[in-house]
Amino acid sequence: MLNTIFASRPEESSVRENRCDGPMSDCPAIYIRDLKLAYGGHVIFEGLDLDIEAGRFTTLLGTSGVGKSSLLKIVAGLQAPTGGTIAASDGKPISHRIAYMGQQDLLFPWLSVVENVMLGSRLRGDRRDPDRAMHMLEQVGLADRRDALPSQLSGGMRQRTAIARTLYESRPIVLMDEPFSALDTFTRSKVQELAAETLAERTVLLITHDPLEACRLGHRLFVLSGSPAKLSPPISVPGCPPRSPEDLGLLETQAELMGTLLDAHTAAD
Amino acid sequence: MRNATRPFVTAAVMIALWWAIAHLSGLPDYMLPKPEEVAAILQKKYAFLFEHTLVTVSEILLGLLCGTALGSLCAILMMLSPVVQRWLSPILVFSQAMPVFAIAPLLVLWFGFGMSSKIVMAVLIIFFPVAAAFYDGLRRTEPGWLELAQTMNTSKLGILLRVRLPAALPAFGSGLRVAAAVAPIGAIVGEWVGSSAGLGYVMMNANAQVRTDEMFAALLILSAVALTLWALVNLMLRRLLFWAPDSH
Repeated sequence: MLNTIFASRPEESSVRENRCDGPMSDCPAIYIRDLKLAYGGHVIFEGLDLDIEAGRFTTLLGTSGVGKSSLLKIVAGLQAPTGGTIAASDGKPISHRIAYMGQQDLLFPWLSVVENVMLGSRLRGDRRDPDRAMHMLEQVGLADRRDALPSQLSGGMRQRTAIARTLYESRPIVLMDEPFSALDTFTRSKVQELAAETLAERTVLLITHDPLEACRLGHRLFVLSGSPAKLSPPISVPGCPPRSPEDLGLLETQAELMGTLLDAHTAAD
Repeated sequence: MRNATRPFVTAAVMIALWWAIAHLSGLPDYMLPKPEEVAAILQKKYAFLFEHTLVTVSEILLGLLCGTALGSLCAILMMLSPVVQRWLSPILVFSQAMPVFAIAPLLVLWFGFGMSSKIVMAVLIIFFPVAAAFYDGLRRTEPGWLELAQTMNTSKLGILLRVRLPAALPAFGSGLRVAAAVAPIGAIVGEWVGSSAGLGYVMMNANAQVRTDEMFAALLILSAVALTLWALVNLMLRRLLFWAPDSH
């Protein structure tokens, strides 16, 4: 089943043609080599190789429990792998150059919106830059809610605040773990577009269980499935992200991915 | 009915009930004094009662302050170091398991008839609820916040002070509420065992001389003090925890 999809996809060389290249930034690529994660005797994945391209969105699609969150946490340095290496293309360490967006917005309820945006400065004890924070809030359309508490915001606004917080960090690498899964369909669609625009040109690894999200946002798309989990060859979706949800090419790819994931899910059960 | 008026209505109903029982049951005054007699005592011995109230209130407040400070310090130290946690937690449990009232005579022997023995008493019973609740709150920080803080390269101390500590404030608040409720008990029991001043002292004296109306007067003042303390602590916590809707 997997083969039929990948056979119908262009080869790596032709994928490069529709790169949707903008001005390239100095964001590094990340090379994951021979990565292994095991708990006791239970192997989650092993021999995993993945290139996260510089300045582009890489989306990783998989069903829950397949180990994709663990993979993200390993790249983020929050969890140690059982084996293997992760390196940046420029050879410098990764850990001080990442911004992380989790499944929840993770806003601090006792801080106002603008204070939440400047969270990194607050936590590190650096000088806060309210002007820059306001600029980020303008980008996500929340400038007028700067003094609101997170509890006074809707789910979409909260996630937009989280995006502003990610932008404020101005890190070249952004790791996202199903950041929009708690939002309703329409809010999700808008916030996805916002993320694609504001985080363009950074090295982004987005993990999701939603084929539509993966297809809309990814320059390159991988499927993680099986036990131990294996990574699919890269899948390309026609057009540039953020792709319109009505795009026919996208819908076709999405339908095929959905089938693949369902099969993987049934096999796992 | 508005929340603020409800306690007063309850109090009025209670006093009316008391009045009815005292007048209709035919109980002698030394068993159950009538409300108007107690009111008369409150008026007549105003200065005397005020002086002793001041002593008890000081004991309660100092006990609450020291107990809360010690409890919080203990919680933070346990959070900072697993070694400290292993050594302190038996002491914590012991402070709760030990019947504090049973050692009250010992405390009076060690710390004297004055205020210090009552403050120590209050500290001993306040310490556990504050330390236990606060430590629990510090430990149970939302893991996502900790991960986020880690990716933002926060120091260990920064995580404790700027993530764990504020996140644990609602739990600390619950501990402080319990502490505010039990602090008067510590002070009064301390005064019963041995003292020369305070509302507990007034109550023991009045009891020995079968001046039940005076005992009731002291009791009423003590209730008012305890309720005021509770209300003030609640008000303060509500201000502090404006962001935690379920802590009200």
